[in-house]
Amino acid sequence: MSTAVIHTPAEGAAEPRTTYLNAGHTLKSWLLTLDHKRIGILYLLGVSFFFLIGGIYATLIRLELLTPQGDLVTAQTYNKLFTQHGIMMTFFFLIPSIPAVFGNFLLPIMIGAKDVAFPRLNLLSWYIYMTGALFASYAMFAGGVDTGWTFYPPYSTNYANTYVIATGLGIFIVGFSSILTGLNFIVTIHTMRAPGMTWYRLPLFVWAQYATSLIQVLGTPVLAITLLLVALERTVGVGIFDPRLGGDPVLFQHLFWFYSHPAVYIMVLPAMGVVSEIIATFSRKPIFGYKFVAFSSLAIAVFGFLVWGHHMFTSSQSVYAGMIFSLISYAVAIPSAIKVFNWTATMYRGSISYDSPMLYAMGFIGLFLIGGLTGLFLAALGLDVHVHDTYFVVAHFHYVMVGGSLLAYLGAMHYWWPKMTGRLYPEGWARFAALVVFVGFNLTFFPQFILGYLGMPRRYYTYVPEFQLLHVLSSVGASILAVGLILPAIYLLWSLKRGPIAPADPWMATGLEWRTSSPPPPENFERTPVVTWNAYEFRSKEETEVIGPMGKPDVSERK
Amino acid sequence: MQQVPSEFKLMPEQASTMAGQVDALYFYLVGITLFFTVLIVSGIIFFAVKYRRRSPYEIPRPIAGSMKLETIWTLIPFLIAMSIFVWGAKVYFAQYRIPKDALDIYVVGKQWMWKMQHPTGQREINELHIPMGRKVRLTMTTEDVIHSFYIPDFRVKMDVVPGRYTQMWFEATKPGRYHLFCAEYCGMDHSKMRGTIVVMRPDEYQAWVSGNASQMSPVQLGEQHFQNLGCATCHLNGGRDAGGRGPQLAGIFGKPVQLETGQTVVADENYLRESILNPGAKIVAGYSAIMPTYQGQVSEEQLLQLIAYIKSLTPQGGSGTASPTPASSTSANMNVGAQASGSPSGQRR
Repeated sequence: MSTAVIHTPAEGAAEPRTTYLNAGHTLKSWLLTLDHKRIGILYLLGVSFFFLIGGIYATLIRLELLTPQGDLVTAQTYNKLFTQHGIMMTFFFLIPSIPAVFGNFLLPIMIGAKDVAFPRLNLLSWYIYMTGALFASYAMFAGGVDTGWTFYPPYSTNYANTYVIATGLGIFIVGFSSILTGLNFIVTIHTMRAPGMTWYRLPLFVWAQYATSLIQVLGTPVLAITLLLVALERTVGVGIFDPRLGGDPVLFQHLFWFYSHPAVYIMVLPAMGVVSEIIATFSRKPIFGYKFVAFSSLAIAVFGFLVWGHHMFTSSQSVYAGMIFSLISYAVAIPSAIKVFNWTATMYRGSISYDSPMLYAMGFIGLFLIGGLTGLFLAALGLDVHVHDTYFVVAHFHYVMVGGSLLAYLGAMHYWWPKMTGRLYPEGWARFAALVVFVGFNLTFFPQFILGYLGMPRRYYTYVPEFQLLHVLSSVGASILAVGLILPAIYLLWSLKRGPIAPADPWMATGLEWRTSSPPPPENFERTPVVTWNAYEFRSKEETEVIGPMGKPDVSERK
Repeated sequence: MQQVPSEFKLMPEQASTMAGQVDALYFYLVGITLFFTVLIVSGIIFFAVKYRRRSPYEIPRPIAGSMKLETIWTLIPFLIAMSIFVWGAKVYFAQYRIPKDALDIYVVGKQWMWKMQHPTGQREINELHIPMGRKVRLTMTTEDVIHSFYIPDFRVKMDVVPGRYTQMWFEATKPGRYHLFCAEYCGMDHSKMRGTIVVMRPDEYQAWVSGNASQMSPVQLGEQHFQNLGCATCHLNGGRDAGGRGPQLAGIFGKPVQLETGQTVVADENYLRESILNPGAKIVAGYSAIMPTYQGQVSEEQLLQLIAYIKSLTPQGGSGTASPTPASSTSANMNVGAQASGSPSGQRR
């Protein structure tokens, strides 16, 4: 097995110590791997790198905003910084982060499969992702782009003198990676579940991934078409958006948000799935109201497609259209509320530990709560008119995207790190880092709510002096947040060589991924598991020892 | 721009009739947010402490869920959400129901400045003087990209979109100087596209207006363009019945217009604009598409003045013009405003 580059499902694990990590050491064995776990690791490297780039942009933005006047960079550079920060973080970090890294690594294991349905397509997805990301990076380093990540015409089509088409092409390309991953997951969940793994026995992470994949497959093509139209208008002057050619600039906003609002749920649904797993494991309780949490993911995915116009209440769209979009936006708030209530209720009479993944999950609930509730402000028509395009919006979506998705991503990283690497990290440092992230995050973004209500518009390079104090607070918070993000990078990398060897199930958790060794063998399980229990049925230590790890015959016979 | 006191504030000033309404909704939402945040966060902390793990291998009794609780925490948030929706919609309608009896200001945005013109002719750049206690209506467009006219202390904002007119209104309640921001990213100097709204007491405003009285009003300027561009040649008063090749324009504004296609449209600012720039788009019933386009021949400001002039025309008889400002009667309005004609059958050239 040590030379196996391409692993086929038929191959068994002859040697118990063969893991997906040591099943091949050559660069080729990684770059041509069809193992979903290795592809997950490849994505981890990719998204970490682009997260770093996006983080550097954020650092420069916060430094510039320390003073009301422009001093660190020029106006043009500042505009490129916030544009590229948004593009990197949205398209190249947040959207692929949890699905492509943890979804790839875990989804097949969680449903008891040996791999995803289309392993070659899965590898192709990674190459498409890297191609798109490198293309966008090229555009940014060659000259950059300054349209805002939203690419609103006619600025993007007729006025911007920057690398709009090249960047758009990068996003266009990466979209196909997203579509193919979504397609792969949908087919995998439908066809590859182990015997006995019924839909209602699936871990909630899988339900969340399923809902996410639906959005990826249905929404992403619309973004691709929209970017293509921008490129066509910019190059050959097809009049889609330019009023002088008979086009309509507001049409672009409809098309863009038709994808980009659901994209918010691509970023946050998987995070919710992660949090469901962590809350259950560290409370040792099944998720309260499993079906409500599962179906709320699907409800969010469906309603998420019908609310795009709430980004356009001041755009000159019809007042009545605005009313419908506001109404449906409140409908989409309900499934999110249901999830929060159920997570909290799960902790009731649980056995709660304060391990670092749980700290991230609790932090997620608190911050997502504020992010979600401030979304109610923005969906309220008359109030949105005032706060639209201000720092209130910036604060709101950072509470959802960073407080929500990024914290869940970090929680997932700490929760599954032992499984993925076979090593334990220093728990004390991990808890400390979680605390630093939480404090730094709130100090960075809470002042921005106040700034926004005071009227500070977003995307401002210079600002009126009375806003300075709040901006300074925000920048100080950002430096604390940066420390909180650098710490895990250090101790996690350290743990790869020096960390204690991880057992198969360090948390006494329930998912199938904890019933195989850490790190898992190339084919995930020694034999196909037969599932006879629901998700989150916690067993005592004795019981677990009697049963043994997944793959022993007695497991399938357990009632 | 040192007009605003520098002490630490949590809220912008309430300087318009809209500000109080928006803030009331804001406080309602802040209350809801506080309630749920405290409820959930204290719940999490309470459970985390009370049910902390006491022995490493303990397994608590599983609880599957509760239909009753699920119903409660679906229904209550739903009802609260609906209350916010209704309130939000109410305020929104107040913001965007444009009053008829208002001081008309014309606004043209361009990278990176605001150009404003008063009904009495005064032009301003990045500064707008308005009277307190009077409704002000802005009719806005842009020469280039999308901008957004935003006055935080008034709680009003409206995008300014190329190729069309958007409108907003406000009524200032406090004299003072207030920030005007462009809120839609518009390129390099977006953050410098700021200005000041100067709210004056009515008498001060009157003095300010008459202090700059030598300028021509938008209606007067529009009248000049109407003449110079040759509009008056075809758009005779009385329309076809009077031998005009185009429909009569006097009295058309705000009225329904029967089109050649059988449709009916209301002759608002956007319709007039389209009819000047793209005359073939909507042909008035009974006329043919002979009018040439004026795209590229009129600037956004001239276009606004032309429309202001057309709006000012009334079909009442006599030889007079319908222009509200007495100084504006010239031969141009004679052509258009001379006769009262029965059907304001709209336009087509």
